[in-house]
Amino acid sequence: MSCTVSMTVNGKTVSREVEERTLLVAFLREHLGLTGTHVGCDTSQCGACVVLVDGRSVKSCTALAVQADGAAVTTIEGLAAADGTLHPMQAAFREHHGLQCGFCTPGMVMSAVDLVRENPNPTEAEIREGLEGNICRCTGYHNIVKAVKAGAEAMAGTQATPVAAE
Amino acid sequence: MANPNGIGASVRRREDQRFLTGRGNYTDDFKRPNMTHAVHVRSPYAHARILGIDFTDALAIPGVVAVLTGADMEADKVGSLPCGWQIHSKDGSPMKEPPHYPLARDRVRYVGDAVAVVIAETREQARDAAEMVVVDYEELPAVGSSTRAIAGGAPLVHDDAPDNVCYDWHLGDQAAVDAAFANAAHVAKIDLVNQRLVPNAMEPRAAMGEYDQSTGEYTLTTTSQNPHVTRLLMGAFVLGIPEHKLRVVAPDVGGGFGSKIFHYGEEAVVTWAARKVGRPVKWTADRSESFLTDAHGRDHVSHAELAMDADGNFLALRVSTLANLGAYLSTFAPSIPTYLYATLLAGQYKTPAIYAEVKAVFTNTAPVDAYRGAGRPEACYLIERLVDVAAGVMGMDKTEIRRRNFVPKEAMPYQTPVALQYDTGDFAKNLDIALPLVDYPGFQQRRAESKARGKLRGIGFATYIEACGIAPSNVAGALGARAGLYECAEVRFHPTGSVTVFTGSHSHGQGHETTFAQIVAERFGIPIENVEIVHGDTNKIPFGMGTYGSRSLAVGGSALVKAMDKVERKAKKIAAHMLEAAETDIEVKDGRFTVAGTDKSLGIGEIALQAYVPHNFPLDELEPGLDEQAFYDPKNFTYPNGCHVCELEIDPDTGVTTIVSFAAVDDFGNVINPLIVEGQVHGGLVQGIGQALYENCVYDEESGQLVTGSYMDYCMPRADDVPSFTVRYHEDQPCTHNPLGVKGCGEAGTIGAAAAVMNAVVDALSEYGVTHMDMPATPEKVWRTIRDATPAIAAE
Repeated sequence: MSCTVSMTVNGKTVSREVEERTLLVAFLREHLGLTGTHVGCDTSQCGACVVLVDGRSVKSCTALAVQADGAAVTTIEGLAAADGTLHPMQAAFREHHGLQCGFCTPGMVMSAVDLVRENPNPTEAEIREGLEGNICRCTGYHNIVKAVKAGAEAMAGTQATPVAAE
Repeated sequence: MANPNGIGASVRRREDQRFLTGRGNYTDDFKRPNMTHAVHVRSPYAHARILGIDFTDALAIPGVVAVLTGADMEADKVGSLPCGWQIHSKDGSPMKEPPHYPLARDRVRYVGDAVAVVIAETREQARDAAEMVVVDYEELPAVGSSTRAIAGGAPLVHDDAPDNVCYDWHLGDQAAVDAAFANAAHVAKIDLVNQRLVPNAMEPRAAMGEYDQSTGEYTLTTTSQNPHVTRLLMGAFVLGIPEHKLRVVAPDVGGGFGSKIFHYGEEAVVTWAARKVGRPVKWTADRSESFLTDAHGRDHVSHAELAMDADGNFLALRVSTLANLGAYLSTFAPSIPTYLYATLLAGQYKTPAIYAEVKAVFTNTAPVDAYRGAGRPEACYLIERLVDVAAGVMGMDKTEIRRRNFVPKEAMPYQTPVALQYDTGDFAKNLDIALPLVDYPGFQQRRAESKARGKLRGIGFATYIEACGIAPSNVAGALGARAGLYECAEVRFHPTGSVTVFTGSHSHGQGHETTFAQIVAERFGIPIENVEIVHGDTNKIPFGMGTYGSRSLAVGGSALVKAMDKVERKAKKIAAHMLEAAETDIEVKDGRFTVAGTDKSLGIGEIALQAYVPHNFPLDELEPGLDEQAFYDPKNFTYPNGCHVCELEIDPDTGVTTIVSFAAVDDFGNVINPLIVEGQVHGGLVQGIGQALYENCVYDEESGQLVTGSYMDYCMPRADDVPSFTVRYHEDQPCTHNPLGVKGCGEAGTIGAAAAVMNAVVDALSEYGVTHMDMPATPEKVWRTIRDATPAIAAE
C-alpha cells in the first residue's frame, strides 16, 4: 500500500508517493537523498537520527513519514544559513572538537539545538541529562558538553534561532 | 612556532565542515543507478546442521532479484576468509585454522552466522523476503563460553579442533619464574574475568559491491579501517580477483575501534553477488546485526600470581589465561591474546621473570578480535588489579608499591622478560604530575566526608604502558604475522605549489586530514589550506596497511616524513640547477632553498612550478616532476604510557557508582595537535569506564544465544554516566626511533581507565573486606557484594 506524503523539509515543500510503512528517516535518506541524518540503531536508543519536526527533536527512525505529513522538518542539512554560515551550535561543535567520526553528530547537534530551545542557559548536568538519548562512542562526551555550553551562549548572543522561527 | 597551523597547534579540524552540515559520505549514503539491496538470512541457532534451504516463497516476493546460498558460493569456488596471523602452540604445532565461509555451507556455528543472502529492489523487500526463506536446521549442542568449551565432554565447535582448543601457547621463562616463587617472601594472587565487549562504532558496518562487465573491474565500498588489507585478503584468498581489477574504497567511516579492521564475509558476498546479478548490491547492517556479527573484544578468564621479596619488590609474575576466540578465526584474532597481551605483562615494572600461558578456544559465539587496546587493556587490567592486591598483602600505599617497582627512566632502553624493548618512559614523572592533580594527600579527609554522608569513597590508580606503532615487520613476521606492517605515503606537489598527500592510514574519527596536513604545512612553510590529504581508496594510494594499534601517526606519519625528505632532496637538486649553485651549497629552511651565504633563494612553490615546466633541465641528471613516495617500516614498537587516577563514590543503599573525578596523565611523545589528542583520550577513557561500570556482552552458556543484543540490554555509557576529565600530557620522553618522536594516543584512555575505575571501586568497598570484583561494577553487583559482606544485612 502506498500513500502520498507532503511536508516542508529545510524550507522546501516536498511530496512523495511512499509505502505507508516508510519511516521518516527512510523518507529523508532514501526518497529525498538527505543522507546527513543517520541510522545508528534499531531500538530508538542512539539518537543518530534526530531531526526537528515543527521545531522539536524527534527520533526519525521511530516516526512514520506519514506522521510528519504537513509538518515542517529540519535536518542537519538545513541548519546552516543559506550562505553556508554555520549555525552557532554547529560552529561550537567545530571550535570545541565536539565530534570525531561524525556519525552521531547530526543527531547530537539537532538534539542540542532543541535542548537549548527548552533551556537557553543549561548547566553541565542539564546538558548531560538532556543528551542522554544520544550515544556517542568517540568523544567521551567531554567536548560535546563544552560545545553545547558554548553553543547555547552563542545562540543567546545572536538570538539566531532559525529553527524555532520556522 | 613558525607556522600557525604547524606542529603543536590545536588546529580546528578540516573534516568537520562536512560532518557538521550532513555532507559526510558514509557507505550507506551511496546510491548507484540500478542498485539493489542485500539482506542476510542468519542462523537463529548457535550450532546446527543445515539440512536444506527452501527459498521458493522468498523468490515470489515482489522486487526480489535473487536468493544466493553457500552452495552457490561453493559452485563458484569462493574461498574461506583467511586469518592473518599464525600462532604455534607450546609443542610447536600450528594453531587450528578451520575454514570460515562467507555463507555457511553445512553447519552454522554462532547465532548470526550467515546462511543466505536475499537481493531485492528495496531494502524492505529484501527484508520481507529474507523472512520467507525456510532453513531446515538440525540443532546441535552448543558451547556458549570459554570455560564450557574446555569442560570435559563439551560439544565440538569444529570437528578437527579437539577439546575446542585453537592453540595452547606460552611466553617467558617458566623455570626462572618457578625459582623466584620458591624464594618469595610474599605472594599476591588474583582470579579475574575480562568480560566480552561489543565495540559498537556508531556507524553499523556496510558494504556495496559493483561489477563493470565491460572492464571486468570490481569495486567494493566498505566500512573499513584498512581498504588495502581487505583488497588483498578478499581478492587473493576469497574471490580470486587480481588486485588490478579490484578497487576497495573506505569512504567516511563512522568509528571503528578495531571492529572494522577485519575482512568480513558480507564484503565478499556483495562483491561476488554484484557480478551474479549484474547490478550494484548494497548491504547495511542494522544494529541488531552488528551486535550479532561484528567481531567482539576481550573475553579472558585469568589467574595470576605475583611473587615479592620482604620489601615488596616484584620478583616474578605468573599468568594463566583462557581466551575465547569465538566460532571462527577473525583476521587478527590469534595475535590479540598472545603478542598484544602477554608481551605487555611487564607493565611499567622491572619484574625480572615473567611466564604466561594462554589457551585460546573456539566457542559458538561471534568471532573475537581486536577492540580498542586489543590485548593491552587486558594486560593492564590484570597487572594493575594484581598490584593493588599486592599492596594489600604488603600493607603498602598503592602509589608507593608502584613507584618502588617502576622501571626507572635511567634504565631505558629497557628489555622486558616478555620480548619487548621499551625505548623511553618516565613513569615516576607521570605519577608525580598526577598526584597533585587529584590532591592525593587530601583523599582520606574526602573519604571521611563521604562516609559522614553515608557514601563510600574510593581512589584507584592505573599506571599503564602499551606497545603501539604496529609494527616492525621483521618482529611481527617472527611472531607469526602473515603480512608486513609498514605504511606508505606519497607527497605530490602540483605545479602551482599546492600539495596532495596520499596516505595508507585511514581516518575514521582521528582527524588525519588535519593532523597530517599540519605536518606538511610545517615542513614546507605553506598554508594548511594548500594541503589535501587523500586516504581510503586503493585506486589512489600506494599499498597502505591502514589504521589500528595507534599506528597512524607513528607509522603513517613517519612514512609521510620520509616522502617529504625525498621531495626536499629532489627540490634541492632543482634549486641548485635554477640558482646555478652546487647542491651542497643549498640550505633548506621552512620550504625556502637558499644558496649559503647569499640572498639567492627560491620558495618550494617556485621550485614546484619549474619541476613541471622543465624547459632547461639537464635531463640526464634531473627528472621533471615533484612527486615522491615512501614506505616506512618501524624499527620498534612505540610505548605510550601514563598514569590514570579515578576517584568515585558508591551509594551503599543502591549500589550506584558515581565517578567524582578522573585524571589522566599521558606520555605520547611529541604531540602534533593537542586538541585532537585530548579528544582521543576523552573517548578512550569513556570506553574504559564503560567496560568497568556498564558494558557486558552476555551469551547464554548452554544455548549460545546472545542475551545482550541491543542497546536495551547492552549498556553503553551515555553523557550523564560519565564526568568531565582532567587530561595532561608531557613531551619529555619522545620516541627515539621515529622521525616525529611520536608514540600514538588512540588507545591509551581505554587501556588505563578500566583498571583505574575498578581499583577505585574495590578501594571504596575495602571496608567490607572486598578485595576484588569482576567488571562491570553494576549497581546490582555492587549492592549484592555489600549485602553479602554485611552479616547483619545478609541475615535479614
